Amino acid sequence: MANRKDFKSGNWNEKIDVRNFVQLNLTPYEGDASFLCGASDRTKKVWDACVQALKEERDNGGVRSIDNILVSTITSHKAGYIDQENESVVGLQTDAVLRRSMKPLGGVKVVEKALAENGLEMESHTRDIFNYRKTHNDGVFDVYTDEIRTYRSLGFLTGLPDNYARGRVIGDYRRMALYGTTRLIEAKKADLAAISGPMNEDTIRLREEVSEQIKALKEITIMGSYYGFDLSRPAETAQEAVQWVYLAYLAAIKEQDGAAMSFGNTSSFLDIYIERDLQAGLITEEFAQELIDQLVIKLRMVRHLRMSSYNDIFAGDPTWVTESIGGTMNDGRTKVTKTSFRFLQTLYNLGASPEPNMTVLWSKDLPLGFKNFCAQVSIDTSSVQYENDDLMRTTRHSDDYGIACCVSFQEIGKHIQFFGARCNLAKALLLAINAGRCENTGKLVVKGIPALKSDVLDYEEVMTNYRIVMKEMARVYNDSMNIIHYMHDKYYYERAQMALVDTNPHINLAYGVAGLSITADSLSAIKYSTVKCKRNEDGLSTGFDIEGDYPCYGNDDDRADSIAVEVTNFMNAELKKLPIYKNAEATLSVLTITSNVMYGKKTGATPDGREKGVAFAPGANPMHGRDKNGAIASLSSVSKINYTSALDGVSNTFSIVPRSLGHNDEERCENLICMMDGYFSKNAHHLNVNVLNREMLKDAMEHPENYPQLTIRVSGYAVNFVRLSREHQLEVLSRSFFERM
Amino acid sequence: MLRVHSYESMGTHDGPGLRLVVFVQGCRFNCLYCANPDTISTMGGKETSIEEIVNMAKSQKAFFGTKGGVTVSGGEPTLQAAELAKLFKALKEEGINTCLDTNGNNMNDEVRELLEYTDTVLLDIKHMDPAQHKYITGRSNENTFKFANYLKEHNIKTWLRYVLVPGLSDQEESLQSLGEYFKDYENIERLEILPYHTLGKHKYEVMNRKYMLEDVPSNTEEQLEKAFNILNPYFKYVQVN
Repeated sequence: MANRKDFKSGNWNEKIDVRNFVQLNLTPYEGDASFLCGASDRTKKVWDACVQALKEERDNGGVRSIDNILVSTITSHKAGYIDQENESVVGLQTDAVLRRSMKPLGGVKVVEKALAENGLEMESHTRDIFNYRKTHNDGVFDVYTDEIRTYRSLGFLTGLPDNYARGRVIGDYRRMALYGTTRLIEAKKADLAAISGPMNEDTIRLREEVSEQIKALKEITIMGSYYGFDLSRPAETAQEAVQWVYLAYLAAIKEQDGAAMSFGNTSSFLDIYIERDLQAGLITEEFAQELIDQLVIKLRMVRHLRMSSYNDIFAGDPTWVTESIGGTMNDGRTKVTKTSFRFLQTLYNLGASPEPNMTVLWSKDLPLGFKNFCAQVSIDTSSVQYENDDLMRTTRHSDDYGIACCVSFQEIGKHIQFFGARCNLAKALLLAINAGRCENTGKLVVKGIPALKSDVLDYEEVMTNYRIVMKEMARVYNDSMNIIHYMHDKYYYERAQMALVDTNPHINLAYGVAGLSITADSLSAIKYSTVKCKRNEDGLSTGFDIEGDYPCYGNDDDRADSIAVEVTNFMNAELKKLPIYKNAEATLSVLTITSNVMYGKKTGATPDGREKGVAFAPGANPMHGRDKNGAIASLSSVSKINYTSALDGVSNTFSIVPRSLGHNDEERCENLICMMDGYFSKNAHHLNVNVLNREMLKDAMEHPENYPQLTIRVSGYAVNFVRLSREHQLEVLSRSFFERM
Repeated sequence: MLRVHSYESMGTHDGPGLRLVVFVQGCRFNCLYCANPDTISTMGGKETSIEEIVNMAKSQKAFFGTKGGVTVSGGEPTLQAAELAKLFKALKEEGINTCLDTNGNNMNDEVRELLEYTDTVLLDIKHMDPAQHKYITGRSNENTFKFANYLKEHNIKTWLRYVLVPGLSDQEESLQSLGEYFKDYENIERLEILPYHTLGKHKYEVMNRKYMLEDVPSNTEEQLEKAFNILNPYFKYVQVN
């Protein structure tokens, strides 16, 4: 049995300080991928069972089975297995794989609806509980103002986490392995004792939260015992370390069904245990890979019960089990380890997959062997996204962070986020053109916006109105966030995850904008060509006649790109002025997930020539078909958006056909690395990389049965292409695929 | 000012590494298979300042890495050699690699100056046989050979390019004579075989022009492999582009 004393000691022995443990004990790996192993026989057996279960899920309309009796909690469901004798890492959310459970504290009606859509009803005794117990959703709607309801129902604010769990919190699941619950409870008890009067609302709430966290840790210990593990003590072996980390995560996803529940930055941490056991001759490389393969299998099987309308904003049943891989330490050493490779290797051993959401923290200083492997994996699987480690590490001052949800920095165990969905910049622009009235309904949304003097739009006049609109939208958006997060804490507090985070952490409120490219192009059209507004009998805009060319965002043309930059800066600055619940810091994302389709539906014709209802470009992407100068010009434009004005992330999705990337694999890898080094050196933040043929996607639409694992990156995450709705599939096909003649 | 037809900022097939490819307007050849017939007229395109292109290249320089840079293609760039010389000179001052894609039909003082600032020439050979060359392009290949000789004498790094059109330019003896003619050119770093494609065909319809190679299919894998095998012994490196 390996011994804890094998590790270099430091501050982590005295305090809860996982970063310190990692810094002292990490073995950076500078080599190439040649050491990697294929899947073991045991792994293949477990994965085969999963493939069968996944097929049943697809054949059954996307849901394999649902437990409609038991409300899911940390301890609700006893041990569940896929193929017990071959599982090296165990633990399921319920008693069976891909069986979904009810988590009604977000909103009981939402769960009832999801059940009904699957032909089920909540068991009557369970339902009865919620005649006495209020939920998050009820709380929010008790407090919502008419104004917020208007913004929400007309589509200015959309996808708000008021009827689903907010997610985004990353527990430091590594703490479970390094410390065990006894030590963690001890630390939380000390924290609790230190929170003393006067007993104002903040202090009372914090004491209650920490007490809840302690209870959660006790429950996690019980959950571990179902599988025969003693989580009260630290993990001793590599296998236990993987198991302990996973069970901590499992507790979180049994209790919560947050939209995005990331896994963190575990690979370099786990590598320390694996490396030690390898050195001690306790395990082989094949077993090391088996552990990671089987962990990843578990992460691929995470499911939550959703109602079908959820698919409008987050298409393809995503869970955002985001694992951040690589990066650099403050002292200049790479955080790349052999286990960074092993995580990516799962995409070969088990085939491509959207989950876990593999995110490489890209630094110009990453070892070349790792850059090459990443590029190869991207070209082969389109399952990886990249984020600028050099930028985040220096701007946010931490080298121990993960990515929450799609693209958002979160210092592990030190920060959390409040998820804020997004507001619709393009629809807001139409308020500036329609005297503050919604272009579809005529309803007055923002008061005090003067009617335009002429149907030929004047840039300064529109911008003046638009600034007032943005300021008003920021105010209402902020109000809604304060209500939502207050209620979420009150009715659906993330006790299991928060038990693995420092008491009273720094909080970022993650606001977001959608429709940036449409807005920039519209304003550019108004500024550089002649745009005439067509109006109906009610005076509402119905379309725009454009005379002359105008520069479009996405062509590395500062005239248009600077407008996108300016709008982002302005909106961010307005949001930053407003006070937030729990003194959270305002951050902003330019990210849409797949809601760009739904946002487009709710938005009338825009001055850039886009017709009513047409989907926006995703995230910070230029509008498809308008980036005429090719991929690099498009990337250059996106890189101009200031990360400091969009600290929650600037998402860009890049799709290219293999041929356009180079003649052969070697050239393609080299060019892809060159492209990412270039993009990130310009302080760009995020890039999804798809290397795919459009023809393959078309074929997959017609013959989904042939492409069960076809994975593509969409705004900030990856999805199984065949699980997207036809509408979303067509939208993906319409995007710019960089091809050459 | 340069007459620019369009840009491809992620060029991976027109010179080394990742490149900003500037397609300029105007060409005096009239190749039967021209994939960019809209670049032939010397009248079209957008008048663009050298400064604008240099700024674009500077903005994208981070992507070029150690190999990439700017390629000027067309159209036939040397028709605007004087302006291009200014562009390439400015790019060299910015430390940006330059590449010229040409049919080698024009040689004059301006072109000679342009070549001073050119890192690599992509020289298109349409056919070795003068009559066949004239049939394909409407012009003789005499100038192109002189151009090649100039590149050799001045030791200017060159990639030869050869479009392989089934039945038109893929005769075994033509390929052999291509190899024989250039095998001792030390300045030639590689030969690129450009497979014939019909991707430019729709442009003919838009321009209301007849497409002359209506019945010619794209190359088969076997045809490409055969051409590769014939040419490979003659050159340092052969690439099917």
